[in-house]
Amino acid sequence: MSKADAAAAILWVGATFYALFGGADFGGGFWDLVAGWDERGERPREVIQRSLTPVWEANHVWLIFVLVVLWTAFPPAFSAIFSTLYVPIALAALGIVLRGAGFAFRKSIVGLRERRAMGATFAISSVLTPFFMGTVVGAIAAGNVPADGNGDAFSSWIQPLPLLIGAMFVASGAYLAAVFLVGDSRRAGDEEMERYFERRALGAAVVAGAFALAGLFALHSEARYVFDRLTAEGLPLVVVSLLCGAALLAVLLRGGRRPLRPLAAGAVIAVIWGWGVAQFPYLLPTSLRIDQAAAPDATMTIVFIVFAVAAVLVLPSLALLYTLAQKDLLEAEH
Amino acid sequence: MVLDALPLAESSNLLAAREQMAFTLAFHIVLSCLGVALPATILLANWLGVKKDDGAALELARRWSKAMAVTFAVGAVTGTVLSFEFGLLWPEFMDRFGAAFGVAFAIEGIFFFLEAIFLAIYIYGWKRLSPWAHFWSGVPMVITGIGGAFAVVAANSWMNQPQGFTLDAAGKVVDVEPLKVLFNPATGYEVPHMILAAYMVVGFLVASIYAVGMLKGRRDRLHRLGLVIPLTIACIATPVQLFVGDTAAREVADHQPAKFAAMECIEKTGDDQTEYLGGVCTSDGVKGAIGIPGLDSFLVGFSKDTTVTGLNDIPDDEEPPAHTMLHLAFDAMVGIGTALLALGAWFGFVWWKRRDIPRTPWFLRAVAVSGAGAIVALWCGWIVTEVGRQPWIVQGYMRTSEAVTDAKGIWFSFGLVLLLYAGLGTGAVLVLRSMSRRWREAGADPEGDTPYAPSAPTGRKYAYAEGNRPVDGGGS
Repeated sequence: MSKADAAAAILWVGATFYALFGGADFGGGFWDLVAGWDERGERPREVIQRSLTPVWEANHVWLIFVLVVLWTAFPPAFSAIFSTLYVPIALAALGIVLRGAGFAFRKSIVGLRERRAMGATFAISSVLTPFFMGTVVGAIAAGNVPADGNGDAFSSWIQPLPLLIGAMFVASGAYLAAVFLVGDSRRAGDEEMERYFERRALGAAVVAGAFALAGLFALHSEARYVFDRLTAEGLPLVVVSLLCGAALLAVLLRGGRRPLRPLAAGAVIAVIWGWGVAQFPYLLPTSLRIDQAAAPDATMTIVFIVFAVAAVLVLPSLALLYTLAQKDLLEAEH
Repeated sequence: MVLDALPLAESSNLLAAREQMAFTLAFHIVLSCLGVALPATILLANWLGVKKDDGAALELARRWSKAMAVTFAVGAVTGTVLSFEFGLLWPEFMDRFGAAFGVAFAIEGIFFFLEAIFLAIYIYGWKRLSPWAHFWSGVPMVITGIGGAFAVVAANSWMNQPQGFTLDAAGKVVDVEPLKVLFNPATGYEVPHMILAAYMVVGFLVASIYAVGMLKGRRDRLHRLGLVIPLTIACIATPVQLFVGDTAAREVADHQPAKFAAMECIEKTGDDQTEYLGGVCTSDGVKGAIGIPGLDSFLVGFSKDTTVTGLNDIPDDEEPPAHTMLHLAFDAMVGIGTALLALGAWFGFVWWKRRDIPRTPWFLRAVAVSGAGAIVALWCGWIVTEVGRQPWIVQGYMRTSEAVTDAKGIWFSFGLVLLLYAGLGTGAVLVLRSMSRRWREAGADPEGDTPYAPSAPTGRKYAYAEGNRPVDGGGS
């Protein structure tokens, strides 16, 4: 494995963490959005808020990690993506601002009307942000980002594949969130909310699966390189994802209390790495290879050191945060 | 004819992109000061509270940490916007130099990560962690805040004094020396200048809030401590800052003569340069300024025989724009810094004499405006650094005009950003004010419970509930 390939793997590790934890936070916003008006949505919103409050900012940092690794290790790819897909990227940035502010403000104010407005801001932007991020990923996979950037600002992402991937991002975030919230409700001994999110996990799993299937057809017609590799080299990962998804559905349908999170996470992780394998050796299929975009060796070494430090310092700290949150030692006050 | 119109379109994108970057940075920099320096301020109050069993100090620490939850969230998203803007506004800059100066940001990423994690543990750990475990969970915030500031400002220093990379014939970075990137000649003064600025902004800002309260007649122990703790920190940082800033100005004179000439309005190279305070810079010299003969040369080289480069020796296409603005921004920064130094000396002298703050309301009035003053000085300093580096984005290597995006609609996005941030700023201020009002109304026992004493484990109010008091003992 060359240094550049290793740096690309680090990029994918960051993207995986962001998809799992950031994705679940977006999904929490989705369930907040569809929880119904004040009275009806009261209980699920409380569960969502309690579960998101201590962790969402730390989870968000994975996005920064991905951006920084991309522009440091693969500057031409970063530049090409941003100079082509600036419309969905700017809209995602807008969503990130509204979502963070909406969530933080809602927690700290008391008036009902203001809370509703801030809650709606948080919830709506929690759906739009992953959607636009998904269109960016879809446009990259479809080969719509030229290596030297400045591709078409609209036709690069307003196409079936990018839009489908956007929808799939929203659905899989909702799926992850519902599964995580089932676990949180179980831990709190709240059976009503456990059932509530189980039903939603089931629905989201079906919808995410449908989008993934439609995405495969779109890949076939719009991103042939990626499709061919996904169904050859990437096939084992696709199978793992399918198995995880099927097992999760089975557990949910039989109403068992087996752990759901590893299965949900496994399904998502396998898709992300399947995508990585399918793109290989390209960062921008099929115009920019990993080695063509790579920064000089000394820069890559710094990226590795930073990643090692992250593994030694950040991951245990994150584990501490999650453990404290799961043990109810962190309490969101108002 | 058609071609003639092109540079105009390009320069229009350049101006819009620069304005948007400047505006979003000016907004974020205040919040990042809070992220860098508020943790230490909070922990000092927390330490006093636990060590001396001081309820008022503990209550201050708890309130400040709740305010920090809001400002950190807003800072996290506005900081994210800046990292998006690197690609959205300056893709050519990132393409060419990401491999070099990205090194600093990779390191900053770790610090930001750790700060976000421990901030969450600290902010939400008030109820259920033991006092000292809680205190220590906050200490990493202080270290990572300083580390993060180091990394980000090192990146900016590198833009001012780039080094540690090799370019090939096509201008592509082919080799990087990370340590030289991180520890470039400007790091040594820019980094401490910014970290001290953060401590000054936070110290004076927090103190000014309690000064306003005291002027309104709220003279309890909570307000006194709320003024004295942050003001002490700020007043220790200020004299050090003036020393660091003075060194920084000399370094700029040595290494970025164009920036120095513009900020000091020096038209002609020579010795015995006059130091101008205020005024308007014109090509025939400074109008309407107070001039102190020879002082500028003296400040640069400790002798009035020191030669200082004037704008006449800078090629026209390498001259920074807006000399008068740069000059006034520099003067305002130094002027405000000096006034804050005097305020600190007054406070320090009276405290030394009789362990109390000066009794006159004029002292409280001065403290009340010191927070805004420190923020203005901060902005002025950044204007000098950033505008003074123009037309370069990487001094001597890449012009800002070469770095800017070809994307359409930058003016539109700038307009949208203005609206969005107006809402964001208003929202943040309203939320903080409503929190402070609730604390005041709740009086000495603000939440009906005390830190480090678990409340009833359930019955937290739901997201959309009216009223602020948790429904204790609700059970489920």
